[in-house]
Amino acid sequence: MQKWNENEVEEVKKLNEIKYDFVTNVKPAYQVQKGISRSVIEEMSREKKEPDWMRNIRLKALEIFLSKPVPTWGPDLSELNFDEITYYIKPEDRKANNWEDVPKEIKDTFDKLGVPEMEKKYLAGSVAQLQSEGVYSRLKKQWEDKGVIFMDMDSALQKYPDIVREHFGKVVPPSDNKFAALNTAAWSGGSFLYIPRGVSLDLPVQAYFRMNGALEGQFERTMIIAEPGASVHYIEGCTAPTYSQYSLHAAIVEVYVKEGSKVRYTSVQNWSDNIINGPTKRAWVEKNGRMEWVQGSLGSKITMTYPSSILRGEYASTSNLNVALGIGPVWKDNGAKVIHAAPNTSSKVVAKSISGKGGMSVYRGQLRINPGAYNSKASVQCDALILDDISKSNTYPHNEILEESASFSHEASVGKISEEQVDYLMSRGIREEDARSLIVLGFLDDVLKEIPLEYSIEFNKLVKLEMNKYGAVG
Amino acid sequence: MDSNVLSIKNLRVSVGDKEILKGVTITVKSGEIHALMGPNGTGKSTLAHTIIGSLRYKVNSGEIMINDINLKDLQVYERARAGLFVAFQEPVSVQGLRFINYLRTAYTSLHPEERLEYKKFVEEVKELLAYFGLDSSFIDRGLNDGLSGGEKKRMEALQMLILKPKFIILDEIDSGLDIDALKVVSKAIGRAKENGAGIIIITHYQRILDYIKPDYVHVLINGRIAESGSGDLAKLIEERGYEYYRGGEIDAKVE
Repeated sequence: MQKWNENEVEEVKKLNEIKYDFVTNVKPAYQVQKGISRSVIEEMSREKKEPDWMRNIRLKALEIFLSKPVPTWGPDLSELNFDEITYYIKPEDRKANNWEDVPKEIKDTFDKLGVPEMEKKYLAGSVAQLQSEGVYSRLKKQWEDKGVIFMDMDSALQKYPDIVREHFGKVVPPSDNKFAALNTAAWSGGSFLYIPRGVSLDLPVQAYFRMNGALEGQFERTMIIAEPGASVHYIEGCTAPTYSQYSLHAAIVEVYVKEGSKVRYTSVQNWSDNIINGPTKRAWVEKNGRMEWVQGSLGSKITMTYPSSILRGEYASTSNLNVALGIGPVWKDNGAKVIHAAPNTSSKVVAKSISGKGGMSVYRGQLRINPGAYNSKASVQCDALILDDISKSNTYPHNEILEESASFSHEASVGKISEEQVDYLMSRGIREEDARSLIVLGFLDDVLKEIPLEYSIEFNKLVKLEMNKYGAVG
Repeated sequence: MDSNVLSIKNLRVSVGDKEILKGVTITVKSGEIHALMGPNGTGKSTLAHTIIGSLRYKVNSGEIMINDINLKDLQVYERARAGLFVAFQEPVSVQGLRFINYLRTAYTSLHPEERLEYKKFVEEVKELLAYFGLDSSFIDRGLNDGLSGGEKKRMEALQMLILKPKFIILDEIDSGLDIDALKVVSKAIGRAKENGAGIIIITHYQRILDYIKPDYVHVLINGRIAESGSGDLAKLIEERGYEYYRGGEIDAKVE
């Protein structure tokens, strides 16, 4: 095969290594011993100087966690050993509101990841988390003045205990699943975003989650509350360095979309390929509210994520756009869950996946239209592209349409790159690998165009890199 | 004007076990238009696909050269970079691959020495869309996605102009075109000729040649050039019909 483009490939590879695959040399300010137990949770809570009610929530959740089996209906989680994970690592005592006050080693980390630059360029606010704790948070003054709150979750618990207490664990109770119970017991960090009535942020806010070690657990807890008529776009980015041993990421995201408000939640995870990722994300959507999930799942070894919207008020609506790359020895178990619990609600799910080099991509969805959710509308579309003969894709849609006046459509497709398409593009001077990248990116375009530019550029580069690594086949 | 030569010499090509082209020789120079006519199934499209290097077509002997470059060991994309452009009979579509992104990638691949000014490029494409009577929204649409047969043909003709190839092979560009589209595509072929491209128009019918006069006409029958002549030959072929050549093949006269 032709060699002339290898420099280009190397460049992108290097870029990715510099960008993500490096370790931050910090001696943790505090960490608990490995393994999970009542005493570890109590110690964490004490270290965080939490109110009793929170400690009690944690301890109850721990019991639920211990009583629930590891899910076996999806990817193989047998390597997970909950006793060898370190559940709480605090990298730094201080929390900064200004990048200049962040310790150099940590600031360098986020500089490399481009976080301060993104903030300057196009964000209304930013939270940065390393390991178990937020190290930086800032919201531009104009939004602070309007009563918007954006900070790491631990600080929010200290400063706004009443709001946190009222909303904590309502949308995602610890009994929801084993990882949700684990998060509720061991949560640390995450972001808290509160938008007062009628306020609409015209720039997005972003939280960036960075893991640093092996056998490390990151259990951030995010809460977004959009009061009636509010509107916000929240972006989440996630990366980690690569290790031979796994690390576990299990977040909870609870979103309150109150009457007539709108929340867009964009998540682009590019976890290294040793991360087991099982976040639980869910929104309650009230009358005339709108919840938009946009998910780009590039990295990780195993991902199990099914962002959910519960449409609780009339005319509530939701969309869930999902792109998953399952290339290499990875299992991407992605999906969406929508429950239509009120009349005239509507939902749209679009899921696109790519499987290659033995990768597995799964769409697992649940869609329910409750009796009495008159005239509700729902559509589910899932398309899979499989790049070779050793990779797989599965679809498990679970649809329950219990209301007669509702309308529902479900489309699914599984395909391969057509050689005619590759030939055609090559006949216009485009190299085979580039032709394949273009076709793949075209396949993803419906969803990619909804991802913020900075991240979709990443996505483009990554797909090109993956296709280049693939070499010319066929 | 550039002076390039595409020479196809004694080309024998098989698809599977069947020999389709049985020794074809055509020489095309910059600024020339050649019409390659013949009934269905006689190897016209095979010639187009072989020139661009589709793997399905196996060259048994003979050669294809652009100037002094032998295309033999070149892959499809390298042949395009050597200056070839084939407008396909049935262009494929690629969902979600925006036409402008595709076109820009193709252009920069074909002309790496040029610094592409994106804004100007977009303007140029928009002008051409208007020229071909195509909607300007096509620029952001998936490549050929949801286009009618006639629209796809016009999009091929548009690419023929914008990508500035040295040699253009139009495989039945006239099929599925209404009379207005046929006129504008013919005009575009004239433009390509003026720009210095050497062109082979592959066609079953003489109709397109009413609008764009070829310099040379070749008749391909059963994998061989049965007759070659000047542009006027097309009319004669129309009058005689291809039946005329069925009796016995007339020795190929080249140029």
